[in-house]
Amino acid sequence: MRFPVFPNVDSKSKSFDMDIKEILKDRILVLDGAMGTMIQQYKLDEAAYRGEQFKDHPCSLKGNNDLLSLTQPDIIKEIHAAYLEAGADIIETNTFCSTAIAQADYGLEAAVYQLNYQSAKIAKEVAAIYTAKNPDKPRFVAGSIGPTNMTLSLSPDVNLPGFRSTTFDKLKDTYAEQVKGLIEGGVDLLLVETIFDTLNAKAALFAIQEYYAAHNVELPIMVSGTITDKSGRTLSGQTTEAFLISVKHAPIISIGLNCALGAKELRPYLQILDKNAPCLVSAHPNAGLPNEFGEYDETPEIMAEQIKEFLDLGLINIVGGCCGTTPAHIKAIADLAKNYQPRVSSQELSVEELV
Amino acid sequence: MANNSYTLQLSGLEPLIITPDSNFVNVGERTNVTGSRRFLRLIKEEKFEEALEVALDQVRGGAQILDINMDEGMLDGEKAMVHFLNLVQSEPEIARIPIMIDSSKWPIIEAGLKCVQGKCVVNSISLKEGEEAFIEHATKIKMYGAAVIVMAFDEEGQADNYEKRIRICERSYKILTEKVKFNPADIIFDPNIFPVATGMDEHKLNALDFFNATKWIKENLPGAKVSGGVSNVSFSFRGNDTVREAMHSVFLYHAIKAGMDMGIVNPAMLEVYDDIPKELLEKVEDVILNRTEGATEALLDYAETVKASGKKRVEDLSWRATDFRERLKHALVKGIIDYIEIDTEEARQHYDRPIQVIEEALMDGMNVVGDLFGAGKMFLPQVVKSARVMKKAVAYLLPFIEAEKSGEAEKKGKILLATVKGDVHDIGKNIVGVVLGCNNYDIVDLGVMVAPERILEEAEREQADIIGLSGLITPSLDEMVFLAKEMQRRGMKTPLLIGGATTSKIHTAVKIEPHYSNPVIHVLDASRSVPVVSSLLSDVRNDFVASIRSEYEMMRERHQSKRQIKKYLSIEEARQNKWETDWLNYAPPKPKMLGIKVFNQYSLDELQHYIDWTPFFSTWELHGKYPAIFEDEMVGTEAQKLFNDAQNMLQKIISENWIQANGIIGLFPANASGDDILIYKDDANKELLKTAHHLRQQNQKAAGQPNYCLADYIAPEESGQQDYIGGFAVTCGIGIEKKLKEFQEDHDDYSAILLKALADRLAEAFAERMHERVRKEFWGYAEEEQLENEMLIKEQYKGIRPAPGYPACPDHTEKTALFDLLSVTQNTGIELTDSFAMYPAASVSGWYFAHPESKYFSLGKIGKDQVEDYSTRKNMDVSTMERWLSPVLNYDE
Repeated sequence: MRFPVFPNVDSKSKSFDMDIKEILKDRILVLDGAMGTMIQQYKLDEAAYRGEQFKDHPCSLKGNNDLLSLTQPDIIKEIHAAYLEAGADIIETNTFCSTAIAQADYGLEAAVYQLNYQSAKIAKEVAAIYTAKNPDKPRFVAGSIGPTNMTLSLSPDVNLPGFRSTTFDKLKDTYAEQVKGLIEGGVDLLLVETIFDTLNAKAALFAIQEYYAAHNVELPIMVSGTITDKSGRTLSGQTTEAFLISVKHAPIISIGLNCALGAKELRPYLQILDKNAPCLVSAHPNAGLPNEFGEYDETPEIMAEQIKEFLDLGLINIVGGCCGTTPAHIKAIADLAKNYQPRVSSQELSVEELV
Repeated sequence: MANNSYTLQLSGLEPLIITPDSNFVNVGERTNVTGSRRFLRLIKEEKFEEALEVALDQVRGGAQILDINMDEGMLDGEKAMVHFLNLVQSEPEIARIPIMIDSSKWPIIEAGLKCVQGKCVVNSISLKEGEEAFIEHATKIKMYGAAVIVMAFDEEGQADNYEKRIRICERSYKILTEKVKFNPADIIFDPNIFPVATGMDEHKLNALDFFNATKWIKENLPGAKVSGGVSNVSFSFRGNDTVREAMHSVFLYHAIKAGMDMGIVNPAMLEVYDDIPKELLEKVEDVILNRTEGATEALLDYAETVKASGKKRVEDLSWRATDFRERLKHALVKGIIDYIEIDTEEARQHYDRPIQVIEEALMDGMNVVGDLFGAGKMFLPQVVKSARVMKKAVAYLLPFIEAEKSGEAEKKGKILLATVKGDVHDIGKNIVGVVLGCNNYDIVDLGVMVAPERILEEAEREQADIIGLSGLITPSLDEMVFLAKEMQRRGMKTPLLIGGATTSKIHTAVKIEPHYSNPVIHVLDASRSVPVVSSLLSDVRNDFVASIRSEYEMMRERHQSKRQIKKYLSIEEARQNKWETDWLNYAPPKPKMLGIKVFNQYSLDELQHYIDWTPFFSTWELHGKYPAIFEDEMVGTEAQKLFNDAQNMLQKIISENWIQANGIIGLFPANASGDDILIYKDDANKELLKTAHHLRQQNQKAAGQPNYCLADYIAPEESGQQDYIGGFAVTCGIGIEKKLKEFQEDHDDYSAILLKALADRLAEAFAERMHERVRKEFWGYAEEEQLENEMLIKEQYKGIRPAPGYPACPDHTEKTALFDLLSVTQNTGIELTDSFAMYPAASVSGWYFAHPESKYFSLGKIGKDQVEDYSTRKNMDVSTMERWLSPVLNYDE
């Protein structure tokens, strides 16, 4: 099975003789690691965040990491390159917070399309270089779609449980704008991640499906939820299995878990996905649990050791890292993953049957 | 793949998986305004809390899916649907199960789909308005990720016979699977359940046609499910529940055999098939299956004979019939202790390891309790009762666990709690411990009067995740500041929680938090402790701490700016503006008795009538005035239950002498000298027994408002009048430890806290009663007084009894003057701690002032000039004095 031809995707970056779904049948693909952790190391100041384009922007922009795709594209490219160098097959665009809702904190709602478009574009550029270097290991770009800072299933005010700070439709429109920018910027697939409220994810998936229907495209969609603690539930209260049931109506190639927990803590919930998911399974855990300073300090060796458990159990098809992971972590994971066969669904579905 | 396609998977917070082998799925139908008048009324009157109860009852009654319908002409259906669904989503016990969004109006359905994170069922769509609308709606439903009920209805109308039923269902199925690409497992047909025995010939086959259509659908439309609203079938027997219940049961029996997967059934309107009397069963089956001519008439005749036999209500022990998990959960949520050991034993035999009973069955129940409490649906007394059940179950399991040496259940974090040095009050701290314990935190409770070194050492040794400090008296505030500084010095990182009656957010922000660079958070009451602790121990910690920090920072700034605005007088100016009266024309009443009088083993029976119950309810975080609190919509029921428990225990306390009430009063000649009160041995020779030191308000007052000091109420030396003052100390805590220990050994926190709270109330009642007797008998200045308890509580008596450490005289160290004067410890057994707290905790002491115009006031903040003056008068050094007075200083030490 091949991708359909995307009329509005930059043709230079579309050198697809390879199909990610075909590749996923044969091997485990490695996702990249944390973007924020890497950016921190550059110790950028306000001026660096603003760059030329936003030097007169009325509010502070320091900490708006997604903006660096526009103002410091070389840094972002450098980080992408570091992960590709480490062996990542899939890199994520620097767009976790590139929605109008999340960018409202910085007064940058108007820049959302540009943020997504440019982030996709530079990620593709770097990926293409690495694909050219070694065509046997094609590199892919996943458009990162974060949860926003709103939640549709919970009231922000405990005294008004019926209140909601936003609506499904508003969130859906916000996501639609991001999806448009990412796809037009040339991403190969979409990754709806760090889902703490399934209803938010459903809004994102709705926006994606609407875009696909209107533009006659269909990129693979990865979905990745977040189990917040050892209760095994999302922030909005769903068990892992209920979460899976709630999102699998969408045409997704994989479901997985990321963030909040380290690899060790994630394992039981991955096993639930492994058992029940008719599609592929992904995981990109944090580098352990945060220490007293809120830092993630699990070393690449320790993390790889725990990922090895996933691999030994045959739980996953796609693996990478979330908060606190670095190219060193990804290298350790990639070195390990190449020795293993990907998970085969106990539902005995081949990848083709899914889409 | 094959198997998968027959499985209907739904979800709320938890999954519901319906396979061909699943039992019949029961859809709760009381949350339907078209089917339940009560629910309609609740929604119309916007009584959403009660409407949620209806939903909750459905879930507890075993509904696996909850049908919600808001189709009523007078309602804004879309708005009602959205609001109710939002509320349901906030109620984990309800949101656990999938929702069936029930409406004949598409906009209401779509609005509902936008509110629910789980996979819902839409009830319903049909070909009624043609293919185009059908396809459009089905496509949307697919994108929202819901299953759908399709009515056997098309452009020509509702299918009312077998052929039409299967024709419409087949056509719908084809459109859905081929054009919309709907997952066949997500299609549920409702082939219309219509009434039988209506007397009309064309209705005779209604049930049979449904069965046959069901069978056909299950054989010919792979993956599709069948559902229906069962109560329709018995419509013609409205008013005769015996027959209706039998008809529902018979109908279901046959429908399920034909392949019906789920249905909307009121479980209360369902007889057990096997329990239907033989004659009735036969007649009902004749009708349902259309077996004989004249079946309808026969059933109608029979129906007359069984009409209105009525149902009797007995104590509902139906929960005993559920499996042990449900029973344990029920017992925990309801706080029922009677069967807990039997059920725990059954659970223990079920699991491989005893620890699993705790980790799985019991924790499931406690999670429900925690969720309900967090949502304000359970109240503190209930939670404490649940904890009692839990502890009892754990205690039962402990020997088995130890025998197995399997270690402990995994806890969410370790919280160290202590009442600080010098303070003996621990009711609030114990409640916090219970509530956190319920939420699966490991509690290390160091008890009362814990030295700071010990708190910190234990915290390090136990590797506590959080330290919680409690205190009720003002000197404890200083202990807390000291602890924060010590933690900083030691380089600790553990978050520090501050709680207790005397603590406040502003004090925490201004005085404690700046000394410790890690989180310091004030926790208002036990119910807040859970969200605070869970935030601190979760990955939202950084955000949470940052938001608290900025809030405290703001409070500090506001505090600073406010202080600059507030004007203070110098102590000399304040004294110029003292409260004055015409002492020459005032005849101080001479007490009938001078000296001290001891009242040990005072009658508790007498004291119980003087109890002020309102603060008792506050202790349990039930807020409202007694007795109006019983009428309170939110907490009334629980307040009444708590009150009943309290009354039961109170009678035992009295009849079995659980505690002893000891007290002492003393009345002495006195004169004011400046802001001090000189207390003499007797009138004749003014031998000075003791000097009581008092403080004067210093904030600038409005014109005509004096700067009060308690000494103003005693005639000054220079007036030449001989005045008098009294003192008292009472306790109702003597011997309380024995009973507390019993409760502790029985893992009964509820009773322990109840007893302490009652002892506190009795001590206050004792103070009230002694004050009354002083006014009427011993001092005797108000012999004619006739006041009901309520008026006593409202302080309508003449004279006051301010207590050292409280607003009019906040200096706790003055208790030593009072205790020396009355030899309190020798006479009653009440002791003073390092921080001048009284032990037993259930004790009250204070001064008596008789002046008819004397009234309670609050000192407010005072200036350094007064503190220096006061230190000199008390012969204490200024910095020590400042430490004790720190909550009332208008400057930083």
